[in-house]
Amino acid sequence: MATATIAPGTPTRRDFLFIATGAVGAVGVGSVVWPFINQMNPDASTLALASTEVDISKLEVGQIMTVKWRGNPVFVRHRTPKEIQEAQNTPMSDLKDPQTDQSRVQKPEWLVLIGICTHLGCVPLGHDGAYDGWRCPCHGSVYDTSGRIRQGPAPTNMAVPTYSFLSDTKLKIG
Amino acid sequence: MSGPSTYVPQNGFLRWFESRLPIIGLVHSSFIAFPNPRNLNYFWTFGGILAFMLIEQIVTGLVLAMHYTPESSMAFASVEHIMRDVNYGWLLRYLHANGATMFFIAVYIHIARNLYYGSYKAPREILFILGVIIFLLMMATAFMGYVLPWGQMSFWGAKVITSLFSAIPFVGDSITTWLWGGYSVGNATLNRFFALHYLMPFMILGVVVLHIWALHIPGSNNPVGVEVKSQKDTLPFHPYFTVKDAFSLVCFMVVFAYFVFYAPNYFGHSDNYIEANPLVTPAHIVPEWYFLPYYAMLRAVPSKLGGVCALFGSILLLAFLPWLDTSRVRSSNFRPVYRAFLFLFFATVIGLGYCGSQEPVGSVVVWSEILTAWYFIHLLIVLPLLGFFETPRKMPASITEAVLGPKGASAAMVGARAAAEPSVKG
Ligand code: HEM
Ligand code: FES
Repeated sequence: MATATIAPGTPTRRDFLFIATGAVGAVGVGSVVWPFINQMNPDASTLALASTEVDISKLEVGQIMTVKWRGNPVFVRHRTPKEIQEAQNTPMSDLKDPQTDQSRVQKPEWLVLIGICTHLGCVPLGHDGAYDGWRCPCHGSVYDTSGRIRQGPAPTNMAVPTYSFLSDTKLKIG
Repeated sequence: MSGPSTYVPQNGFLRWFESRLPIIGLVHSSFIAFPNPRNLNYFWTFGGILAFMLIEQIVTGLVLAMHYTPESSMAFASVEHIMRDVNYGWLLRYLHANGATMFFIAVYIHIARNLYYGSYKAPREILFILGVIIFLLMMATAFMGYVLPWGQMSFWGAKVITSLFSAIPFVGDSITTWLWGGYSVGNATLNRFFALHYLMPFMILGVVVLHIWALHIPGSNNPVGVEVKSQKDTLPFHPYFTVKDAFSLVCFMVVFAYFVFYAPNYFGHSDNYIEANPLVTPAHIVPEWYFLPYYAMLRAVPSKLGGVCALFGSILLLAFLPWLDTSRVRSSNFRPVYRAFLFLFFATVIGLGYCGSQEPVGSVVVWSEILTAWYFIHLLIVLPLLGFFETPRKMPASITEAVLGPKGASAAMVGARAAAEPSVKG
């Protein structure tokens, strides 16, 4: 018999077939498991980037409005000159997640944020907390007038969504 | 202890049946003739209570599911429909909601019993780990169940807990999106939580079978923690323990019924009678009481990932208890120092629960931090070291000696045999 002449430890044709079959089987199992996992991800209709138009003409200086976008709240804040100044004058060294105020707004009077605490997803309360920005009721994260994290367990600043000004009084989010 | 069955079929049909499927013999040897240590106290009745509560939750859940609608625009209304319109719907829902609470009361007592009497030690490690798995499955089940009524607490509880996964580096955000099936907790989330809430109790049932199987290999531990040495240390399960379990269960159900009929919303939160609103977080969100100690640990650590690690670590550590505890002596009755530390540990957990229920300001934060630290110090440092330093008290030679004293032990020989008689007849 041929096998009798092969030194022990040398791979045989059978070893090769064994591994090849196993590998094909693993790919097969993987390709069947994947649909069962991926079905839980958002589908194309959810992903289709819906946009919302917001009329901001009624929003007085100092007020904040909340609009719903993709199931989440978006804050639009008409900032007072004092709030803008505070946001712009904050030294980067005071920030946990350093970002200039300028990089977070398109027009300084209008701050647009996804109103979700970056800790565990609660909606922070406006005009609250030591920095007069927001305070999260859940575990006490405090944000400043630029929506940047200043105190508490949240790791990052509140996110800025993609948005554009359609006119001076109309905002398109998304 | 789980040797061949002593069951003797009474007639020809049963003999015929038993030789093909020996299931009556299995039940007989597991729940009728099964020898239990004769000194078990009432803390040993909570296993039976837990089994009852699992069945109770499955039965009430099943009938609730006949009236409930897992769709985000209708879920809240369908629960109100159950409360107002469905015949006895209020009763079924209050049984199910308070049943979850009673289930957790029983499981916490059951776990505390294991810690006090060292029931996790060899040869019961697998039994204990199966218990920790059941506990985890229970928490997942109760969490998803609480989301179903789709009130404000349901929604925000779901949001905060699922967001825990976003703390995982790199893949965290993809995992949360995957869990939600969208950009936030929404209809997709509610739907899958309902499917899983329906499934998981049956998974628990499966693990419970393994748990009892693993129990019946070494048999029950007991208050003195000395293994059974001879038959006179034991009594047959029926009628001695079936009756004791049943009595305890009835007392437990009196308490259960008190809450269902006189204080059905005592453990609930009024905000959950407000329909879910993704734009407004309630001013003070708290989880159900049975999660409060873990919630306090989550908040105690001032870093997102750290808090999440503390939360999961605190439960996972329990599974390593058999190896963290270096003492061979099981029962705390013979370990005076450990016993003091154990009561301190119980107080720590209760204290954490209190902190979890309060707003995270001022001294609550400081206490949460101290108690969280002590929780881990106890498990990781005190427990391993005590085994080396502590001198245990003298242990009785056998269970019978513990019950009757050294003299009584020899005299009991005869009596115990007589007491064990029904195992043959039953
Ligand atoms: C381990 C067993 C179980 C536990 C701990 C549990 C726990 C819970 C909890 C805490 C709630 C929320 C109650 C409320 O505040 O209204 C709930 C709701 C619900 N559960 Fe369960 N459950 C269990 C088994 C089941 C099973 C087996 C089913 C289905 C066959 C089920 C179906 C439901 C339904 C339809 C609701 C929504 C109605 C309501 O909120 O009262 N449950 N469950
Ligand atoms: S969710 Fe805002 S602080 Fe935790």
